[in-house]
Amino acid sequence: MSIEKFLNQSLSNWMNGEGPHSDIVLTSRIRLARNLKDFLFPTVFSQEDSKRVLEYIEKIIPFLNEYPLKNIELLKMDQLQELQKQVLVEKHLISPNLAKESLNGACLLSENENISIMINEEDHIRIQVLLSGLQLERALEIANMVDDQIEKQVDYAYNEVYGYLTSCPTNVGTGLRASVMMHLPGLVMTQQMSQLIPSINQLGLVVRGIYGEGSEALGNIFQISNQITLGKSEQDVLFDLNGVVEQIISQERAARETIRKTSEVQLEDKVFRSLGVLTNCRIIESKEAAQCLSDVRMGIDMGYIKNISKTILNELMILTQPGFLQQYAGGPLRPFDRDVRRAKLIRERLFLERNK
Amino acid sequence: MLCEECQMRPATLHFTKIINGEKTEIHLCEQCAQEKGNLFFMNQSPGLTINNLLAGLFNVHPNFNQTQQEAVQHNELLQCNECGMTFSRFLKVGKFGCPNCYLTFHDQLTPILKRLHGGNWKHSGKIPKRAGGSLYIKKKIDILKETLQTLIEKEEFEKAAEIRDEIRMYERQLQEGEA
Repeated sequence: MSIEKFLNQSLSNWMNGEGPHSDIVLTSRIRLARNLKDFLFPTVFSQEDSKRVLEYIEKIIPFLNEYPLKNIELLKMDQLQELQKQVLVEKHLISPNLAKESLNGACLLSENENISIMINEEDHIRIQVLLSGLQLERALEIANMVDDQIEKQVDYAYNEVYGYLTSCPTNVGTGLRASVMMHLPGLVMTQQMSQLIPSINQLGLVVRGIYGEGSEALGNIFQISNQITLGKSEQDVLFDLNGVVEQIISQERAARETIRKTSEVQLEDKVFRSLGVLTNCRIIESKEAAQCLSDVRMGIDMGYIKNISKTILNELMILTQPGFLQQYAGGPLRPFDRDVRRAKLIRERLFLERNK
Repeated sequence: MLCEECQMRPATLHFTKIINGEKTEIHLCEQCAQEKGNLFFMNQSPGLTINNLLAGLFNVHPNFNQTQQEAVQHNELLQCNECGMTFSRFLKVGKFGCPNCYLTFHDQLTPILKRLHGGNWKHSGKIPKRAGGSLYIKKKIDILKETLQTLIEKEEFEKAAEIRDEIRMYERQLQEGEA
């Protein structure tokens, strides 16, 4: 497969690097958890129950035909190959849980991959909308349109006191999880993240590094999301999250300027070294790749590196994961071969930029 | 063979534990095994999952005394008649089995919800059009009344009259629905 063709097939709309504050906020995501009234939750249901839920949903798909749900495609987990599922997980379109453990798990996917609706995950229905940049309100608006169309066709489990009923009480109420993925190299470099995280937690929000294990954030990418789903309206949740995110954005900008003022040469050195590594490497592990991509992206955002598009971080963080590399290679790869493939993919991608 | 934990799915994982010569066998399905958090067959999700933590959170019984112990025993006997979920099992896994569990464990649930959701125990967000029924209309009327108030304060009486008519229409709908 040529790299152009691979990129064309692999990129989702949300990786295009557009939208407000897209120099720092990579994506905004909204997730709504919903359940059907007359079925057991997926946490306890049998193979037979799960089949009935899926059949029920399949029957209503033809009626989900208004904007934004035109041309949705149903993907059943047991009909996909492991590698195909892994790629969907790496693109954040389905959860690892759905790919691996679900009974009759499935996913409804919109054409531009902004909307994915997981069936038979922890809840019967999980609507997810993923947009680039900071656009939580827009994402919620789309998710609500999807939710309303589905509600016309099915009976939701809903209660006046508790709201939308979910299998885990951490999601009950609105069933809403709003999250924002942020690139925060400035705050990491100036060692402010460790102070910031506890204070964000106090506001009922959760910060965690996505990619990488535990608190370590690979590629300086963090996810911030709401924890409370009960007793606050969807709008209030978004208002609070937006407030905190905007605060972090301005702190990140300030941190970058401080670094520019106090140690510009070192910063430039770091940025261009990383670019050097990416353009010349022959073997690269995901951890090193993530760090270099983060440096290069910051170099682009701060104007040191020109002629390379800023989508490079969004794209390559996704495309250099094991599933994608194996898809690009056309078959399974051992870890060492992956590191070689990863290096090759990154070099080819950067070469494309230079010849634009 | 059925899973010992949920008694619902077939047991696919079989463990033999020998401690000081004492042999115990455990037969579990994959989902329950994962929930139990046994460390020896971890695939990707290590040690503490959110549900382990949750279960810990629910299990806090400060000032443990006789009467509370009785209350706890009573709670643990509670069972949902739709899905068979018991309260003690819920405490273990941190997840309910069906919508009816929320009604069955209503009394026990409030303190748990308060702990999870910053003191809140009552929904105040979106109301679905159909499942919400009259509640949806009531909420709409509340919002319209607020708009009406601000319009009156701004002395925009023409618009206010329109809103007032709309409120009346919804109120009629509500009465017809209840009648």
